[in-house]
Parts: sequence; structure tokens; C-alpha cells
Amino acid sequence: MTTTTPHPTTLFEKLWNAHLVAPESDTAPAVLYIDLHLIHEVTSPQAFAELEARGLSPRRPDLTKGTLDHSTPTLPAGNDGRLPYYTAEAEHQVDTLRRNCERHGVELFDFDSDYRGIVHVIGPELGLTQPGQTIVCGDSHTATHGAFGALAFGIGTSEVGHVLATQCLLQRRAKTLAINVEGELAPGVGAKDLILHVIGEIGVNGGTGHVIEYRGSTIRALSMDERMTVCNMSIEAGARAGLIAPDQVTYDYLAKTPRAPRGADWDQAVARWSQFKTDDGATFDREVHIDASAIKPTLTWGTHPGQVAAIDAHLPQGRDADEAKALAYMGFDGGAAMAGRPVDVVFVGSCTNSRLSDLRQAAEVLRGRHVHPRVRMLVVPGSEQVKRDAEAEGIDAIVRAAGAEWREPGCSMCIAMNGDLVGAGQLAVSTSNRNFEGRQGKGARTLLASPLTAAACAVAGHVVDPRAYLDPAFNPSIKEVA
Amino acid sequence: MSASVHAASADAGFVELISRTAVLRERNIDTDQIIPARFLTTTERKGLGRFAFNDWRYLADGSPNPEFELNKPHNAGAAILVAGRNFGCGSSREHAPWALTDLGLRAVISSEIADIFRSNSLKNGLLPIVVAQDLLDELLDRPGIELRIDVRTRTLHLPDGRAVEFPLDAFAQTCLIEGVDQLGYLLRQIDAIHHFEQRREAARNTTQEQPHAR
Ligand code: SF4
Repeated sequence: MTTTTPHPTTLFEKLWNAHLVAPESDTAPAVLYIDLHLIHEVTSPQAFAELEARGLSPRRPDLTKGTLDHSTPTLPAGNDGRLPYYTAEAEHQVDTLRRNCERHGVELFDFDSDYRGIVHVIGPELGLTQPGQTIVCGDSHTATHGAFGALAFGIGTSEVGHVLATQCLLQRRAKTLAINVEGELAPGVGAKDLILHVIGEIGVNGGTGHVIEYRGSTIRALSMDERMTVCNMSIEAGARAGLIAPDQVTYDYLAKTPRAPRGADWDQAVARWSQFKTDDGATFDREVHIDASAIKPTLTWGTHPGQVAAIDAHLPQGRDADEAKALAYMGFDGGAAMAGRPVDVVFVGSCTNSRLSDLRQAAEVLRGRHVHPRVRMLVVPGSEQVKRDAEAEGIDAIVRAAGAEWREPGCSMCIAMNGDLVGAGQLAVSTSNRNFEGRQGKGARTLLASPLTAAACAVAGHVVDPRAYLDPAFNPSIKEVA
Repeated sequence: MSASVHAASADAGFVELISRTAVLRERNIDTDQIIPARFLTTTERKGLGRFAFNDWRYLADGSPNPEFELNKPHNAGAAILVAGRNFGCGSSREHAPWALTDLGLRAVISSEIADIFRSNSLKNGLLPIVVAQDLLDELLDRPGIELRIDVRTRTLHLPDGRAVEFPLDAFAQTCLIEGVDQLGYLLRQIDAIHHFEQRREAARNTTQEQPHAR
């Protein structure tokens, strides 16, 4: 394990070194040990098939956890007890994971579990995600778990098979990028605005080949939910992983989770976890500095997450071919104002913004108001636990009273695999993480935004500055729904 | 059909590829364009070529979009795709290289290729080639030229005789040429993996710590 190091090292290097089964060389990548392998129905079936074809079985089923999230319906079972799957193929995919988990002794958070939900929501809230770990999943938003100081990244299905069979991956060491964020976020501006702003600054490929460590006073002041929102979108800047060093905020969060260590084990764990931080004097391959106080509510306007603008900004003119193509797809005129465009659909959900604090923020705007008649609004909790907690606070009642739909947990309209679709040509304001062409349905147009902005747009019926809907004293990072 | 692949073995490996190029000029072509999410409910890895670039490739009525580059007759059989900067960004779906190889592609050239897509491609006999932006601009402007890719020397040969080296990890190169599968390689490390687990277990027992308890 990591002890005193001869020279100052970064958090990433500590995580990397602590998991090296074999170091890399000119001719071979490193063999990296994986502590936690999360699987879901979409990217695992071919991996299990490959394993079985070779007569292998999972090496550490105890370190593998499964959930159902992407293809699952967000409407409850009908009178016949059957879930309303979008297609027979989707149901078959879910059944396949069920069968694979059963056959190989992998714990699955199924529909009968109190903890089923989006893979990147349930790992942390169960306390499966812990500082100092390596965590992988056949899903690019695995970066979310980096908020706990774990090296967490998305892998392909072949690699899912590698981890199942050997609990290891072949990896080349990434470069390091420090994103230093200083200053206080203004009221009405949150973690989502921050990360959209960062991606806008460094570009949609700005993190390629790098692992990002988010640092600075702004990051330290964020809650775990907010830190997860930031790390979640690291992949949208091309980085495979995002990291935040663990601190008291991390430990306070984990202490309340069902699978965290207890008693003396807890103290030992915290002592070990606290070593996972960048030493003073350690150097990064690249550093970027961001002034948080200058950030406004921020949305995307185009067809990738690097095409962002502040709420009061005007769209670019579309002088280069890519910008022009994005504007054309979105049906926007170059140079027009961001605010004011009519909105058809609002989605609050996804592994970026479907945790309790996100739903509280949306509810804060919706409370006592009504969703604009033109707008269809879906609120989809990230997990069964988030749903239970939100319902205990009455958030579901606020959402329903406002005329929005309160759904069952899942990925839903983030990836639109389960029938929760945005129609062709419709404009959606979405708290998810990707605004690629067709991401929310063929021909759908997506503006990525924070839960506050999304809820405000739902009420206004058009793109609007959420600060217009907030009590001047309202501070979204601390305010709780009574 | 002008593509030819010289493979060292009958299955995965290839040492040389000669083909005309097909060009998609767009930058940041993401995995949702390469294969839209609604086709990911499959439990198979075969036959996904019919969904490749689906939303660009077909019109609303399901007929092929004549404007889409890969639908144009002169691109039939091209095994090398030249694409704008930052190809393959977005998700980790291996369905993306599965769809492209099923379409007959064996190499993708760009000035930047997203990390996970690149790693997934190398596991599926799809060679990701990163070239300097000025060379990419030239290739984007000259669709349909015949290139020769030599995996042994990691070199791209242009019709005018220029030879350009491209970066390719030595391990990935060996895997491509010999058709070695990476899982097989990992399985041969099983003793080292076992020792690593034992070392950690011992370290934890001395501190009474069981992070995966319960
Ligand atoms: S919510 Fe969206 S981004 Fe997150 S895991 Fe599900 S599909 Fe992927």
C-alpha cells in the first residue's frame, strides 16, 4: 500500500501505483488490478458470452455488482404485473443480465431490490464506491466515482470480459491534468454550470489522454452530489477519468452508506483513504485555472458538450462548418440570443443530475408553480433510494402538482433507449450529459443545463435564467426542502 | 472493391492494408452518430454494420441518403475512413467499432481519436491512426486516394511516395499482426494477479481492515 513516497506524487499516481500487478514497459501495458466492477445490461451480455465460450467464469464475482438501468422502463408495472418494456429486445437484454448474474454468483440490484438504479448513482449511495479504489464499468460516465478519490473509468465490452475473467485490465498510464477552480459560485449557479463552463473552456477534446484532478477552494466547497456532477462529465472533455481527493465531506457522506466499513474498520479505512491526495509540490502534465465567481448559469447550444454559452450570451455566428452544422441541426440562427427560445421537453434525471439534491433544486423552482402548457416535463430519480428519499420529502407531490411526470428510476431520456424519447425537431432542456445529434431520440435537439435551469425553463416554456425564479436569499447548495 | 488486407494468420491479424479512403469531414463525430443508442439493446456483437451512421445514412422514409458520403458509389469497398478531428468521442460502447468493422472498415485516420474508442478499436482489428492536422487536412481534401498502411513499420504510404510514420503502441502492434488476443495475454498473468491479491489481503489483515465487508 501507499506509504511515504520518495518524491511528491499526484493522487492519480498514488492510485495507479497502488494497483499495479505488473508495471508497463515499452512492449507491454501495465496490468492494473480492479477493486470494483459495475455491470449493467447493455454492455455486458457479449462479455459473458465470450467468457462462457472460453469456458471461464468470473474471478471475483464478489467484487462485481450489477444493476438494471439503461433499457428499463420508467413507468411502473401494469395490472398484470408486467413491466412495460419498450421492445422485446430490451426485455431480453435485462433477462440476459439476470441470468448471467445468477449463473455466476454476481449480486444484482434487480427490480425487487431497494437499491436498483443508475449504475453511477447506486455505487456511491451504497458505499460500494470508496476512496483509493480502482472502479470500472462498461460505461463512459464511470468517471462519476472519481468524486470519491477513486480511479474510475469506462471500458469497452471486451474489457468487461477481461475484468470478469482476471479482475485486471491492460492499461497505459494516462497523463495528468489539474483543473484548479477558485472563488465562490454565485447563487443560482451550481456544479453543472461549473462543469459545462470548464468543458467550454478546455474543449470537448481538451482532456483526451489525461486524467483530470479537480482542485481548489470551489471544489472543496462542493457537496458529494455536486462533486459527482463535476466528475461525471470529465468524459465530455475527452478525459477518461476525473478525480477529487477525499476529505471530511467524503467521509461524512460514506459514513451514512449501508456498505461502508463500520467501527474499528471505519477508522482504519479513513486513515488509509486520507493518504489519497496530491502531495504538495507534485507536478501535473498540464494545469488549467478557472475563476468560479465569473460563471453564470450555462447551457449547451450545439451538438457536443463543448458548445456552451452563458444564459445571457448570444449564439456564435456559425462561421466555421462545424458550428454552422450544429446551428442548423438545432434550428438556431447564428448570433441569436440564447434565452427566449421555446422549449418542448424538460428532463431532470441521468447520472449527472438525478440525486436528491438535484431533485430538491428542481422542486424548489416548481413548488407552487406550473409547468408551461407547451412543455412535457419528466423527473426521473437516479435510484430507488433517491426516489424513496425524495418522496419522503414530498418532492414527488410538488413535481406532480406542477404538472410534471414523476417516474421510476433509470437512465430514461438521457439515452432514450427505453422509449422515453424527445420527438424529432423538439427542443429539450435536459440535465443529462450529452447533446449529440439524436441522443434523446432521432432528430431531437438538446440543451444541457442544471436542474435549476431545467425547471425554470419548464415553468417559463422557454429558455430562461433560473435566477428569475429564485428567492433572492436562496442558496441552492444549502437550501433544503422542508 | 479495392481494399486488401494481408493477414499473418487467417483470423484477426493484419500486417498491411491497401485501400482507397472514404472521407467524413465533420469534427467530433461521436459514438451516438457511429451507432445510435437505440440499436444497443442487442445482445450480439455481429451484424451491426447495418446500423452504422444510421441517422446520417438513411432518410426519414428509411431509404439511403444519397448525400451521405459512405452511400456514394465511389466509396463502396473503401476500408479506410478519414474523419475530422476527435473521432469517436462520447460513450464506451464497443458497438461502435463492431459496427464499423462490420461495414468493412479496417482503419480510421484522424488528427485526434477519442481514448476509449481507440482502445476498443484495437481489440477488434480496426486500426486507429492519428496523423498531424496538416496531413489530415490534406487527406480530407483528397477523398478516394489509395493509401497503403504497413502495420509492421507503422507507416502510412501516400500515392506520391511519401511515407508517414504513425504512433502505434508496440503491444497493440503485436496483437494486430499476430492476432494475439488480449484476454489470453492477461490470463497468462494469473499467478502475478494471485500474488497481488494475497499481498493485499495480508496487508489488510494486519490492519484489521475489510473494505468489502458485508
Ligand atoms: S444516465 Fe445516461 S449517461 Fe448516465 S449511465 Fe445512464 S445512459 Fe449513461
